[in-house]
Amino acid sequence: MERYFQEDIECASREKIKAIQDERLVNQVRHVWENVPYYRKKMEEKGITPEDIKSSDDLYKLPFLSKADLREAYPYGLVGVPLKDCVRIQSTSGTTGKRVVAFYTQKDIDLWEECCARAIMAAGGTNEDVCQVSYGYGLFTGGPGLNGGSHKVGCLTIPTSSGNTDRQIMFIMDLQATILCCTPSYAAYIGERMKELGYGPDDIPLKAGIFGAEAWSEEMRCDIENTLGIKAYDIYGLTELSGPGVSFECSAQAGMHINEDHFIAEIIDPDTGEVLPEGTQGELVFTSVDKEAFPLIRYRTRDICTLTREKCSCGRTHVRMTKPKGRTDDMLIIRGVNVFPSQIETVLLNHGYAANYQIIVDRVNNTDTLDVQVEMTPEMFTDNIGEIETRQKELVDGLKAMLGLKAKVSLVAPKSITRSEGKAVRVIDKRKI
Amino acid sequence: MSIRQISVFLENKPGMLNKMTEVLAEHSIDMRALSIAETKDFGIARMIVDDVYAATNVLKEADFVASLTQVLAYQIPDETGGLNKLLQTFTDAKVNIEYMYAFLGAGTAKAYMIFRVADTRAAEAALAAKGLKTLTQEEIAQI
Repeated sequence: MERYFQEDIECASREKIKAIQDERLVNQVRHVWENVPYYRKKMEEKGITPEDIKSSDDLYKLPFLSKADLREAYPYGLVGVPLKDCVRIQSTSGTTGKRVVAFYTQKDIDLWEECCARAIMAAGGTNEDVCQVSYGYGLFTGGPGLNGGSHKVGCLTIPTSSGNTDRQIMFIMDLQATILCCTPSYAAYIGERMKELGYGPDDIPLKAGIFGAEAWSEEMRCDIENTLGIKAYDIYGLTELSGPGVSFECSAQAGMHINEDHFIAEIIDPDTGEVLPEGTQGELVFTSVDKEAFPLIRYRTRDICTLTREKCSCGRTHVRMTKPKGRTDDMLIIRGVNVFPSQIETVLLNHGYAANYQIIVDRVNNTDTLDVQVEMTPEMFTDNIGEIETRQKELVDGLKAMLGLKAKVSLVAPKSITRSEGKAVRVIDKRKI
Repeated sequence: MSIRQISVFLENKPGMLNKMTEVLAEHSIDMRALSIAETKDFGIARMIVDDVYAATNVLKEADFVASLTQVLAYQIPDETGGLNKLLQTFTDAKVNIEYMYAFLGAGTAKAYMIFRVADTRAAEAALAAKGLKTLTQEEIAQI
């Protein structure tokens, strides 16, 4: 039986969802116009006033916000309420440039935690579950978000944060944790370590995992599900919009439902900014319609995906987004070809390798080189050199077919690629441009 | 009787082989024979040791990938033409060799050859019919 945290909203009719969005958007635009001079200036430059926005049908008229705007307005330029009303900040890791610092009122935090609670219940969670949150706590949104969601559902929450893998496993076994929340790469590592300690999928009490904060492939999902004996659910979000829980998977595991009462999603052509019809692949853009402290309108996520409003078997009516192929930030341009690390991961797993890999990009004699380093596994090893070389060649061919690029494949020693407790470092770009 | 050879994957970077020998030394595992096969990207260390089980376990614990391969071991007189005579028997028995390597016994005038062939059992029978007897795991351990 499908469980919902807020059934009336999660399964509302499309008309009701639109009515909520229309009303909230009109109010939000006015809120921003009056309280965020940075965005008001953008609207004025486009000749738009709040009177021009009568419903969500007028959304396309509004100017975009990009990560560059967040940097320019850092730290307080986009805050929509007096600081005395803000109760917290969260921040990104800042790996792709300056950190993003997002602000929250108490209401913002409550709504964010509700979004996470919806995700936990969609993964089958109830107040009878023991939920271990192995995302990092602190500035990173993963830990605080799922922790709050877990409380709202009423799960017994184990706030292990990330790291100390043997202790993670001890808690899972001793406290009989049934739900695990962490990054997919950390889930894979916990699985690997459990195997080493001699635990099979049947020895582990876990039944579901909620994994997000980085791009992961369908093949990696399969791997994690088999190793831990669970159903693995994807969860999506951005610090800029609140954190995890902007969208989440349900039992159908067929795309992530966007919490449309809080976020309006659009897909645009990343080059022209034009809104694309449903079902077309493009850049995902979000408007947070009821955030008070950090109200972003038409924020460009740089994530590439498609949207569908087709009926979902779980009963939820909110629009679904496909797993992003990766952020446009993660996208590598190698010899003029767009490459996402998740595409490389798919090929590796399809060829029987584990998801322990690193992508090294360099430039030699003005030509980009792509070196995919993957760990040798007991399953892939044989005494026959010819056979290993044949498999290596098949992998090169598979990568060529997927990427349209010739890559070098290096087989490296087991455990030589550093395991991640948070977001995995998949790419090392040594090019000096 | 065929014997078990341990094959270990070695990434192509300085110190990998040394790391492996260090693990074996730490656990007092005695190597009888060692041969390295290499490509430009990686290598495989093939060895015959006194204690196969212990060696496999300690290598695994040290994060090496290893596998066991059945090989045939023969003793040959350490004298001119010794190997030639042995290989003539292989030819007569129509046995194709994938790879082979040699080692000497301590303090004896005897040499030993390790052979990897496609069909170990058939080769062993064909060679036995020509009067060649393989060494057993126990015999190897006592060399």
